[in-house]
Amino acid sequence: MSVLFRSRQQGAQQVKISGVRRFFMFFVHHAQQAVGSLGQLARYPFASLMTMAVLGLSLTLPATLYVIVKNTDNVGADFQQASEITLFLHKDLTAQEVQTFAKRIDLSPEIESATLIGKEQGLADFRARSGFGDALDTLQENPLPDVLRVIPRENYRSAAAAQQLLQQLEQEREVEQARLDVDWLERFTAIVDLVRDAFLALALLLCVAVVLIVGNTIRLNISSKRDEIMVMKLVGATDAYIQRPFLYTGIWYGLVGGVITWLATAVLIMWLSGAVRDIAELYDSQFTLTGLNLTEMAVVWGIAVGLGLVGSYIAVRKHVTAIEPQ
Amino acid sequence: MIKFEQVSKVYPGGFKALNNVSFDVEPGEMAFLTGHSGAGKSTVLKLISLMERPTAGRVLINGHDLKRIQRKQIAYARRDIGMIFQDHRLLMDRTVFDNVALPLMIEGYSLSEARKRVQAALDKVGLSDKIRHYPHMLSGGEQQRVGIARAVVNKPPLLLADEPTGNLDPKLSAEIIKLFEEFNRVGVSVLIATHDLSLIARLRYRTLTLKEGRMISDGLTEEAL
Ligand SMILES: Nc1ncnc2c1ncn2[C@@H]1O[C@H](COP(=O)(O)OP(=O)(O)OP(=O)(O)O)[C@@H](O)[C@H]1O
Ligand SMILES: [Mg+2]
Repeated sequence: MSVLFRSRQQGAQQVKISGVRRFFMFFVHHAQQAVGSLGQLARYPFASLMTMAVLGLSLTLPATLYVIVKNTDNVGADFQQASEITLFLHKDLTAQEVQTFAKRIDLSPEIESATLIGKEQGLADFRARSGFGDALDTLQENPLPDVLRVIPRENYRSAAAAQQLLQQLEQEREVEQARLDVDWLERFTAIVDLVRDAFLALALLLCVAVVLIVGNTIRLNISSKRDEIMVMKLVGATDAYIQRPFLYTGIWYGLVGGVITWLATAVLIMWLSGAVRDIAELYDSQFTLTGLNLTEMAVVWGIAVGLGLVGSYIAVRKHVTAIEPQ
Repeated sequence: MIKFEQVSKVYPGGFKALNNVSFDVEPGEMAFLTGHSGAGKSTVLKLISLMERPTAGRVLINGHDLKRIQRKQIAYARRDIGMIFQDHRLLMDRTVFDNVALPLMIEGYSLSEARKRVQAALDKVGLSDKIRHYPHMLSGGEQQRVGIARAVVNKPPLLLADEPTGNLDPKLSAEIIKLFEEFNRVGVSVLIATHDLSLIARLRYRTLTLKEGRMISDGLTEEAL
């Protein structure tokens, strides 16, 4: 509808196009503009490729770190299966009390299984294995306590939960001392957490950098077309119309940049997995690095396109509106 | 069609380009705006095409106060005004067709409809054989005519031209003016800013004369001289 001349109809209305056709044309127009903006990329191939490469390579670092963290999570899960608590019981307990306690612990909800190693058995084991048999005979009484080996249930096996369970078990009257070999587990989890936090912070910084870089390239595109934009505004183009091709350019940056991320990540993982295999062999482990799966690749692509779009959106919002025809 | 009511325009920096200017151009009228360089001719056209806003007074087009037109509506308002510039402002990396079709594409015409209209507009300015050319392959007069075709392609009820004959020799200038007369004959209101008095001297059109931002005369060409 015309703003100044009520009776004058504009554009598509005048040609009397059906709603369905107009709906269809909306997509045709967008497709045309998307392809048109591809032509724009071809006009500045070097600058465009640079921006795509920066976008793609910037995302490669977080993507690779993500793959590493994901793989270490698997390692962590393997190792946590082993977490086990050893309870040393008071020596003055009767055999009956020990049995009852063992049964009670075995039945408690946090615990998968509790195995009692009686002091006699412990001594026998020690005698058999240590070769101190004769020396032991000189002892008047068994120096070993009854020992209860407790394996927590699945969801109490993380370092923190196991630690808490340990403290809880230490409170038991029958328990002299409780031990959980968590030091290495804690350290390992701490390192993984640190890597993950660092990865998040780094990823965030890189995303901001990508947005700024895309925004800057789009800004250059806009200012190189300053005269054209002025002319378009003079003949009645809305800001939205002028902005659209630049937004598509941002999307193209993201699409190509995302593919660059896939390739670079795959190459990096391939390169790293050689080193990882060597280390894993040292530790007699089957550990191998698994790269990005299909879903993760889609997410990476989505993020790349999203960043391209956000970068170009910020640029067009600021710079297209600022251009006023003279 | 165009109505100025005691319009003043002070540019940032304090220069008073227009001082209490009032005039009225009727629908279907063709008028010239003249005056020395710096008199404020371009300023008048910029106020009409919403490139500038008046400091005081009202500008109305077809009874609509331009003060009421918000920023977002400016693009739509400009679609009702065909504008022609001395430097023609063509897109040099686009063909004649693309240049003339630009306003239609912006309004969302289909390509086939646009083709018909571009052809018709280029026929009118006598350039239909140059449709695939780039502007730099055309002479100054031809470039100006492409600019005119672009201004009229969506049949606006109002045409504004700022020094449309500025760089052209007298013969070409006369041809351009003849084009405007043709559009005027089919009911388009035309306002042409020019300091080329010899051009309008031969024609009997209403002439508005500005001097240092004031309207000093308004009447037929002969009276103004
Ligand atoms: N954007 C601006 N900022 C400040 N002053 C301006 C601006 N535009 C125009 N002026 C001043 O306003 C005055 C009138 O300018 P305008 O362009 O309307 O003159 P004109 O009659 O079109 O002149 P010419 O025949 O040379 O094109 C001039 O003195 C000019 O310096
Ligand atoms: Mg001027």
